[in-house]
Amino acid sequence: MSQTEAVFWFFAAVSVISAFLCITRRNPVASALWLVNTLFALAAIFILLDAHFIGALQVLVYAGAIMVLFLFVIMLLNLGRDTGTDMLGWAGRIVMLAVGALLATELLVLARVVPDQRFVLPAGTLARITEEQGAVGAIAAPLFRDYLIPFEITSVLLLAAVVGAVVLAKRRL
Amino acid sequence: MTPELKGYLLVSVIKLVVVFFTLLVGVAFVTWLERRVAAWIQNRLGPNRVGPQGLLQPMADGLKNFVKEETLPAQADKTLFLLAPGLAFVPSLVLFAVIPFAAPFPLSFDFSLPLLGQFAYAGPMPMIVADVSIGLLFILAVSSLAVYGIVIAGWASGNKYSFLGGLRSCAQMISYEIALGMSIVTVLILTGSVGLTHVVAYQQQTVWFVFSLTLGFVLFAISALAENNRLPFDLPEAEAELVGGYHTEYSSMRFAMFFLAEYGALITMSALMATLFFGGWDIPFTAWDQGEPSVLKSLATLVVFVGKTFFFVFWYIWVRWTLPRFRYDQLMGLGWKIMLPVALAYIMLIATAVWAFDALGLADGALYGLALFGVNLVALFIVFRVLDSGRLIGQQYVRREGSA
Repeated sequence: MSQTEAVFWFFAAVSVISAFLCITRRNPVASALWLVNTLFALAAIFILLDAHFIGALQVLVYAGAIMVLFLFVIMLLNLGRDTGTDMLGWAGRIVMLAVGALLATELLVLARVVPDQRFVLPAGTLARITEEQGAVGAIAAPLFRDYLIPFEITSVLLLAAVVGAVVLAKRRL
Repeated sequence: MTPELKGYLLVSVIKLVVVFFTLLVGVAFVTWLERRVAAWIQNRLGPNRVGPQGLLQPMADGLKNFVKEETLPAQADKTLFLLAPGLAFVPSLVLFAVIPFAAPFPLSFDFSLPLLGQFAYAGPMPMIVADVSIGLLFILAVSSLAVYGIVIAGWASGNKYSFLGGLRSCAQMISYEIALGMSIVTVLILTGSVGLTHVVAYQQQTVWFVFSLTLGFVLFAISALAENNRLPFDLPEAEAELVGGYHTEYSSMRFAMFFLAEYGALITMSALMATLFFGGWDIPFTAWDQGEPSVLKSLATLVVFVGKTFFFVFWYIWVRWTLPRFRYDQLMGLGWKIMLPVALAYIMLIATAVWAFDALGLADGALYGLALFGVNLVALFIVFRVLDSGRLIGQQYVRREGSA
């Protein structure tokens, strides 16, 4: 096992275990913190894949901003103390089983499928591009040139979400 | 392992240990400096009994904290309560890893040790603990994690004052992080790279960013005060309202950990200001420090870097004992209604200016920087003029007073 592989397995194990703990903890704050840990491990895996920029954004946006807001809301609503879960009862169990089975099937299928050659970059391409254009340039150039229109449409979608949130939060505008 | 890898690891570990040890000693020194400068500003003496000029006072405080009793509140969430000081402590120190602190050091070696084998390293050694390709993003990412320690501490204490402190710091740090990030974007526009080594190199070739990005520096400095929970933005631990804020329930070494985290973040932020806007280890008015690496150059630039950092540490303390505390709604109003729009408009302004200068055919250099300085002076004048005349922050207060 090479060094890179060892590092990968370490972070993969950390992310899976943390994700498991995230859904099994009764305490919402502990759950949120385990989710942060999962996101960290994922950032490390992105960096192993030479996607430094994505790794940094993973920490900056998800672990640093979104999860802090999650915690903020959990604390503000004082959900912090242990409570029973509403996922009990036979209906909850059936839903759990169904979703679990679906996810397991997806995983099995994904593991067996050989991806189309068009979607597979030759080994080391990303490292080379990062070397040439810098960590940010490798993302920025395609995002703002080749995929500008999808990017703009996404931003309009986000704007609509922001406007919707403001309208919902403010009773009198 | 190859000799090169072993050599690299050896150099990295030595740099790590030396830098973090120095940083921790620096933190102890800064706690002493804070009390002495505070005393000086308030026309008192301050701690001057333990050692020469009271320099050993931090040791005495450390010893006192070690032997004090650790308390655990009955209402506390035990695991998180114990974890929080560490969560606060780590990000403030990790940040320093990506800051270049001196000119490259000429070091090459190739030797063998019994049992361990051969070590090889081809210099010059960059004087930075980890030269990551995403330097500035790393800084933003890690500094966004600093809030966890405080929030968790506030929540896990099971105390209303702590809890309010935690909530306040959460909202405050998220708000000002945006302004902080936006003010760094202008640095990225000029440098065209996120590596801090490049930021320093670019400033050496042109002028320091404090000239070409003056307003950016002002925004960064204000946000930095809020990010570090320093006066005038120390609402999370406002002692007049919240006893001690998030660390009310902490005692002995755990309290000391928060203390260390706070001053560690202060030093790191000062070093960051020196690096981003004051040329890092660059010695002004000479190109001598950019030539072939030598021991003397490394030492001289190190002294310059420490001097600049020290200046900003002093500036932090100076601000703390000069300005009164903001009210919480004023703090939020300043962050969202002033800092963020100004920072966004400033990015547009700098991008336009860079584009216009490129269209005019102005080459990168001192003239380029000075032209930007002119643009900045105009922008600064407008911003301060509007802020000064409009009383944007105090509106609610004024209105309530008028209606009463």
